[in-house]
Order: sequence, then structure tokens, then C-alpha cells
Amino acid sequence: MSRKNNEPRLLEGNGFQSVLSSVVSIIIGLLFGMLLIFIVGALDKNMSMKTVWEGMRLVIGGLFSTGRGASGELAWGFNSINFGNMLFRATPLIMTGLSVAFAYKTGLFNIGAPGQYLMGAMTSLMIALGIPSDKVHPVIIWILAFLGAMIAGAIWGAIPGIFKALLNTNEVIACIMTNWIAANVVTWLFDISKFKNVTESTKSGYIYKTTFNNVATTKLGLDKLFPGSQINGGIIIAILIAIGIYILMSKTTFGYELRACGANKDAAKYAGLKDKRDIVLSMAIAGALSAAGAALYYLSGNTELFWSTYQSLPAIGFNGIPVAMLALTNPIGVIFSALFMSMLNIIGLQITSLTAYNEYITDVIIAVIVYLSAFSLLIKQFIARRMSRKKKEGAK
Amino acid sequence: MTFLIQQTLKYAIPLMIVALAGVFAERSGIINLALEGIMIFGAFCGVLFVNTMQDTEWVYAAYREDKFGTLQLVVVMAMIVAAILGAILSLLLSFASINLRANQTIGGTAINLLSPAIVLFLIRILEGQNTLFLAKGDAAEWFMINKTMFGYGPKESMGFLGDTFVHKTYITNYICIILFVLLSIILYKTKFGIRVRSCGENPHAADSLGINVKKMRYAGTTISGALAGMGGFVYALTTANCSSNGDVAGFGFLALAVMIFGNWKPGPIVGASILFGFFKCLAAGYSSIDINGDGIFLLKELGLSPHLYRMLPYIVTLIVLAFTSKNSRAPKAEGIPYDKGQR
Repeated sequence: MSRKNNEPRLLEGNGFQSVLSSVVSIIIGLLFGMLLIFIVGALDKNMSMKTVWEGMRLVIGGLFSTGRGASGELAWGFNSINFGNMLFRATPLIMTGLSVAFAYKTGLFNIGAPGQYLMGAMTSLMIALGIPSDKVHPVIIWILAFLGAMIAGAIWGAIPGIFKALLNTNEVIACIMTNWIAANVVTWLFDISKFKNVTESTKSGYIYKTTFNNVATTKLGLDKLFPGSQINGGIIIAILIAIGIYILMSKTTFGYELRACGANKDAAKYAGLKDKRDIVLSMAIAGALSAAGAALYYLSGNTELFWSTYQSLPAIGFNGIPVAMLALTNPIGVIFSALFMSMLNIIGLQITSLTAYNEYITDVIIAVIVYLSAFSLLIKQFIARRMSRKKKEGAK
Repeated sequence: MTFLIQQTLKYAIPLMIVALAGVFAERSGIINLALEGIMIFGAFCGVLFVNTMQDTEWVYAAYREDKFGTLQLVVVMAMIVAAILGAILSLLLSFASINLRANQTIGGTAINLLSPAIVLFLIRILEGQNTLFLAKGDAAEWFMINKTMFGYGPKESMGFLGDTFVHKTYITNYICIILFVLLSIILYKTKFGIRVRSCGENPHAADSLGINVKKMRYAGTTISGALAGMGGFVYALTTANCSSNGDVAGFGFLALAVMIFGNWKPGPIVGASILFGFFKCLAAGYSSIDINGDGIFLLKELGLSPHLYRMLPYIVTLIVLAFTSKNSRAPKAEGIPYDKGQR
């Protein structure tokens, strides 16, 4: 029974232990990735030990890779393109991570982020390309596109929420169905739209960049800081939204209500909270967050959407799940875990271009980390036990 | 009509067997969200096995000499390989959720992330591209059951039943059906099955009667993993021309939907998978379906967008779920880690 009494204290004020348990997960995940590289390299006759050693070093430090030097050896140093692109790729991940984390706090597993993300991508692109920029100022178009995406995402997220609240449908299944419906809706609407890129013949299957209509996220001077990269002001917006969500969740009555609903639905209902309304609202906000991520990504002006997407769902949507899990669903933590994930993403690209391995190794590492985060509570308890034992020994 | 039935079964059979995989896990009290990941892994292992076997002299000789028995044996062996490796992968989930009492949804999601990553990592290293194909020829030519194997001429008809259920089918269909029936009987009529189910309903009561809850949950999830792995290979063989690309088009999740729609019971699951398979088949081949055989392609002439047909299976599932969820009854203890001290 004593464990039970300890639990509340363990869950509160445990920021340090949470971070530590995530770090432990990350280290084990990276070690596993290196091990896999070693095993595959040892079994594959075409790979030399040099390749294996390079692969293992890139897994850890790929962010600081500057390619190969004149002698053919790996070169290291600050790489502004890597850093800028890491920040740029982290932007939508922060948003989908927030989306999953937000719903999770309310007791809902939002696996519908890919669909919400797609709806956001479609709406933002259609608004950004559909309003002529010679009549309306591009900044106003950008804002309209961003808000439009959030509304579309909110509606799309609310659908499984409504099914769950009113009809008791399992939200995981409802989300998966809405994902595939969204994939088909997006393909259908773009197929009959005038936004398909037909002027550049090399780009078959893509939608125009928003720069075709002079719409692009402001760079805020960040491109001077990281020359050559895709970075823009979106990362600042994403971080501000994350802080906003943190305040909403932990400092407002509304956030408390949502969390109470997630912690114990029946108790919340008994206390007079509107649990059904909360479920729908929570899913709508989660949907809006995912969609905003898509808007930040596709309004940047240097990204293109592959529109015939009915056979696959966007990975950024699904990756919101590992981002949220690694952050233990803390909105501030999401910023850092998204940065970590996008760093792995950059590392994957470096590994692909510099060695015989490929970028999927980083997906394996992410999966291992998520697997470990499933028993983060266990790791935390382990750490806590070690720490209290050390304290006792110190007292002796 | 023959075409319609064959195409429907092509989608319905893997759905059915993987939905049963879900039933075994959930009835024992473990939510197996990893069905999709295990299917992907099973598909890869089975296809890799077939691919490797094609290069052996034994199998290639059988192909040249039309010894179709040997080729069918290869398929069955691949099913077994996929099942064993699927079961091994599912141990990751069992270990996390039974021994460590971790969150089952996250554990399942981790496997769903892990398996396409590992599969694509290996395929890229093996093949230099993102898809693993057969080493030689295509699946239909190598492994499909054909009427000529039974002494019929190419122009002769086997009758409606023969043409529909024997000609141009795969042996996997029948193995899956037999397994489905056998396992359903085991789940409902044997001591073992009742024990597994009791652990999903009331593990404390089960424990008090001397049933080893951990063991039963391990059994449920392992059977689940084996069936999902096998189902993945069946999917790859029959609908993806025996290729593997780290994706089963969301079939594992669809199987979960079918399981919920089928109320965690084998009988309704058969109906649900056939319904779903039918709509999938409409989406894939609506333009070449001639319902009553009069040479008029009704659906094509309706002129509806192909996008609509592709969306239909998911919309129908969602609507059906909406109507059936009120009465659906999930196993009571599913998703809750078993804690002896709790009452």
C-alpha cells in the first residue's frame, strides 16, 4: 500500500525525474540505433568497419556533420543548414505533438492528427492560393489561411469527438476512419481544383508553392542567422502556441476541467462538469493545433504538397504521438522533444547521403524511445528509489 | 458475380483473420493496437522467405516442372514463418503491458512505429529501393491455384462454384478460413478459451480460481501476434502481388474497426469483414464490375468519382460504428494492467 501513498507526490513536482526518465529513454534509443548499425554492418559483406564506425558516429553527432572533407573523411562543425532546417522541421512537429498531448490530458488518444493535418494543409493552401494577392495584402491572406486551417482542423477533430461523446464510439477507430476519409477528401478536392502545379513539368503531382501567390511566412531575420536553410518565423509562432497551451492547461479553470475530465470521467460528471462538451472541445482544439502545424509548414513558401495522398497519411501527423510521449504530454516538453525528433530527422538525411545506411534508422530509434516511454513511470520510480537510497546512505 | 465474390474475399479474408487476432488479445485483457505493425512485419518476413526460396534449386525446379504441390507448400511455410515472427514481435507488447504494467496504447503505438522503420531500413539495405518484390515472376504465376491444375482445359468451365472458389484463388484463403473456425471453437468451447476470456472480463475472479492471469494474457497476445503476422503475409500475397514496402494500407487498424463492429465475437466479425471487403472491392474495381452479367457496367455508367468509392469503406465503417457502438460491449478488463493487490 505504501507505493500507492507515494504515487501522488511522485507525480507532482517531479519535473527533474521526468526529464531524467526521458533522457534515459533517449540514451537507450540511441544506443539501440548504434547497435543495429553495428549488427547490420557486421552481417553485410558490402559494408566495411569504416562505414559502421561512420554510421555510429553520425547517429550521435549527425547534426554537426558538414559532409566529407577533401580527404574523404567525415568533417564536423557548425552546419547552419542543418540547424536551420532542424528548427524548420520541428515547427509542425511541435504542433502535432501539442495536439496529441492536449487530447491525451483529457483522456483521449488522438491518432487522428494525420487527418487533421491534411485538412489544415488543404485549407491553408486553398486560401493562400485562392485569394489573389494583387487585391488583398499577402499578410492578410497569410492570416486568413492560418485561421482557416485551424477552423478546418477543429471541425475535423470534433467529428471523432462527437462520435465519442454522443455515440460512445471508440475514438481511436473513429480517428483512423476520419484520417483515411480526409486523405481521400484532400485528393478529391485538389484533383478538381486549379491549384495543381502544371507550369513546372518536373513537379508532377504537386500543389503550387504559396510563393506563386506571393504568400510566405515572414523570416523574421532568422534566415540571416542560419543562411541556406528553410527556417522562418513559424518556429516562434509554434513555441508561443506551446506556451499558450501550457498556460491554458495548468493555469485556467477550463484547463483544470479538461484534465479532471481526463483523470476520471465519472467523478468529473458527478462534480457537475459537462464531460461530453469537454470531449468534443478537447478534440476540436487538438484538431486545430494539428492543422495549424500544417499551415505553418505549407505556408512557408518553400514546401510543396503531394496532393494525390489517398494511399498514405502524412508521417508528421503520426510523429506527433512520439513527440507527445517523449515529452510525457507536457506542452513545454513538447518543444524540446519536437526539436529532438527533427534533429534525428536531419541526422537520418546525413546518414543516407554519407553512408550506405538510410534514414529509417532514426525511425527505429524513435520507436524504441516511444516503447521505453510506455513505462516511463517505472523508470521514474526506479530513479526515485535510487535517489532516496543514496540519500539514506549519505545520512549514515 | 464471380469477380465480385473473389475480389471481396481477397480483402475480407486478411481482415477477418487479423480481426480475430484482435479478439484473442482483447479477450485476454490486452488492447493490441499493434496489429498494423505486426502485419507489416509479418508481410515482410513472409515475402522475404518466399523471395529467398525462389532462388533455391528445389523450388525453382518445382516451378519449371509445374509441381504445384511444392509451390503451395512454400506458401504455407511462408505463412508459418510470418506467424512465428509476428508472435515474437508481439512479445514486446506482452512484456511491456503484462510484466511491466505499462500503458498498452503506447506500447502498441511503439510497435506500429518500430515495425515499418525496421522493415524499410532492411529493405533499403537489401534491395537499394523501398519495396521488396519477388525474386522472379509474379505471385499469380507462381502460387495461384488454377483450373489447369485439376485437368481442366483453359477454355473449360469448372462450374460456378469451381470458377469462384477454386480457379484463381490462393491456398491462403482456405487455411485462414479453417484456422478462423478452429480458433473460434477453441475460444468458446475449450477450457483454455474460457480461461483466456475470463482474464479479459474479471482477472481477479480468474486468479482466485487458480488461473494464471499472466500466462493467459501472454497466450492471448501471442496467438494474436501470430495471426496478425500471418494475416500480413496473406494481405501481401493476395492484394500486393507478394511484395512488401513497410505498409499495409491501414489494414491492421481496419481490422480493429471490424473487431469492434463485430462486437468482439467471431460470428459478427465474419459479416463485418465481408461487408468491409465488399466496399473495398467496389473501390478497387467498380469500373469493371458487371453485377448481373449482362455486359453493362452499371457502376461505371453512374459516373461517380473514383474518390468517392475509395472513401466509401471508411465512411460506411464510421456510420456502422456510430449505430452499433451504444450496444457494443468490450471485454471489461481490457487495457487495465492486472494488479493482484487491487480489488
